Amino acid sequence: MGKDTQLNIWEVFIQSKSGLPYIHAGSIHASDEKMAMQNARDTYTRRGEGTSIWVVPSSCITASNPGDSEMLFDPSNDKIYRHPTFYVMPEGATNI
Amino acid sequence: MADEIKFQKRVDNGEYIEAKDEMPEEYRRHLIRQISQHAHSEVIGMQPEGNWITRAPSLRAKQILLAKIQDEGGHGLYLYSATETLGISRDELIKQLHSGKAKYSNIFNYPALNWADIGAIGWLVDGAAIVNQVSLQRTSYGPYARAMVRICKEESFHQRQGYEIMAKMMSGTKEQKEMAQDAMNRWWWPALMMFGPHDTNSPHSSNAVKWKIKRETNDELRQKFIDKTIPQAELIGLKVPDNNVKWNAKTNHYEIGEINWDEFHKVINGHGPCNKQRMNHHKKYHEEGIWVREAAEAYSKKKLERESLIQA
Amino acid sequence: MKKEEALFKYLLRLADDSLILGHRLSEWCSKAPFIEEDLALTNISLDMIGRTEALLTYAAVVEGKNQTADDLAYRRPEQNYYNHLLCEQPNGDFAFTIARQLFQSTFEFFLYSELLKSKDETLAAIASKSIKEIKYHLQHASDWTIRLGDGTEESKIRMQKAVNELWMFTGELFEMDEIENALLKSAFAVDLVPIKIQWQNKIQQILTEATLIVPEDDYMQTGGRNGIHSEYLGHLLCEMQYLQRAYPDAKW
Ligand SMILES: [Fe+2]
Ligand SMILES: [Fe+2]
Repeated sequence: MGKDTQLNIWEVFIQSKSGLPYIHAGSIHASDEKMAMQNARDTYTRRGEGTSIWVVPSSCITASNPGDSEMLFDPSNDKIYRHPTFYVMPEGATNI
Repeated sequence: MADEIKFQKRVDNGEYIEAKDEMPEEYRRHLIRQISQHAHSEVIGMQPEGNWITRAPSLRAKQILLAKIQDEGGHGLYLYSATETLGISRDELIKQLHSGKAKYSNIFNYPALNWADIGAIGWLVDGAAIVNQVSLQRTSYGPYARAMVRICKEESFHQRQGYEIMAKMMSGTKEQKEMAQDAMNRWWWPALMMFGPHDTNSPHSSNAVKWKIKRETNDELRQKFIDKTIPQAELIGLKVPDNNVKWNAKTNHYEIGEINWDEFHKVINGHGPCNKQRMNHHKKYHEEGIWVREAAEAYSKKKLERESLIQA
Repeated sequence: MKKEEALFKYLLRLADDSLILGHRLSEWCSKAPFIEEDLALTNISLDMIGRTEALLTYAAVVEGKNQTADDLAYRRPEQNYYNHLLCEQPNGDFAFTIARQLFQSTFEFFLYSELLKSKDETLAAIASKSIKEIKYHLQHASDWTIRLGDGTEESKIRMQKAVNELWMFTGELFEMDEIENALLKSAFAVDLVPIKIQWQNKIQQILTEATLIVPEDDYMQTGGRNGIHSEYLGHLLCEMQYLQRAYPDAKW
């Protein structure tokens, strides 16, 4: 018996309605992109969950390192001027 | 040690642990064991119900049963994927199943003998599984919790289709009623055993509770199942095969007779009616699929080579 | 032959193809080469059984004898089943199942594309739902034919063998008799003569891409359209109809 294979892992992203963002649904195994697309469809959209699918080989995804999360994400916590509620509008101003 | 305290703090705070996060080795091992056992159960569970696909008695019943078993395959797939995030391949997981290192739920070592068994499996077995799965939606490992959320959504029709079959048969002919009661008699106790040994005898419980891999104890979950299922049985005229069942108005719970733990251990140790059959089935088709999987890989390799030739 | 009678039989022919092949595919459940493919085969099976239900429900109306779709599926004897012999052939290995699906789905693709234009509105409506599903079945079967044909040495041998062994069941797909001709006149049914050419071209194209050899037309099996089947169908129905026949008074 040769080396067994369960094919490669792909990550599946589904858009549930046109215009909405693609959301990670899970993963599947497949040997090529056509099969990955079909397997994603057969696995994750059996109840009308999707209108569009992306499949990406898992090996192509780079994930941030948990050890870096303070460095990456904490600095944005105090940049409150990026949020509209930071600004004081004169009383009576509308449509802004 | 400091790391473990930090980790425990995260769990206690209700944070989800993700694949790349640091985690105690024992936590990882426990998860692999638990999630893969769960995955194997879904996949092996396709067999008893699969025994009736070609004999489903109507076009509607055939489609429902097929779609239901397909869901279980999907659940196996989601859970294998969740286990893979812990750094073990599906290939390896299947090897563990075949070697006996990994277990699957005992319940699937019982045979599905008449059409009402399909009702009983959906109603009782999926019913028991749901009680467990609902509580696992809040488990501490993110990929596991997310898989459980998806699974619980899909499970919602499984128990109903089973109960519908039972109800239909209980309002049918004399033979249908007999089949339904027969199925009830055979599946009731094994369904109760699905929750595992009493809390006092459960070997893996303490760490699992601490790490929020297990959110409620075996006995708590079992009691939930008993309390919701007995009235359902009575409603359609099925007798619970236990002369000691009684309602306790003080505790607001049903009390039941003693579970036969000897049988439980007998089946766990490989001596249930279908242990061999289930495993042989899985091995046979796994092996028969090898040439297909190899061909698919060989084709994609060739295709990539051709494409890179064109680009060069 | 009265038009209703011809239409009834025509609907049975369409329905029996999808029921029997759908049933065969359902036998794969828990036996596929990997889980993803298990779900894929089940999906195709579900499409086909769903189509059967629509066709038989309409057939029961056309027949006008107060039968249900289930009566037609579960109480009809073997000699009144009119599916193609191709559809009832046992699953064999995965290559065999794929070749069988390729031949039937290619045929259905061209057939249902024409049925979209049927003057019979119900049939046209069923076709418009089915054609989307069939396109997918054809895609799935042709992708796998190519993978297996152009995969390993072993898969190529298996795929070629499957194509060769099933070839003798493909002549029957294009047979026309008085039923089809009568319905053709009223633009209810489809002319299978041009479809044969389309089918041959498409199969030629896929097998060539799969680096497989297109078999020579030799002796072709026939009989399914008139209720003369291979020995396999009786066993299939025996199993499928078991509960309905063993407990004729029961409702399920
Ligand atoms: Fe499940
Ligand atoms: Fe389920």
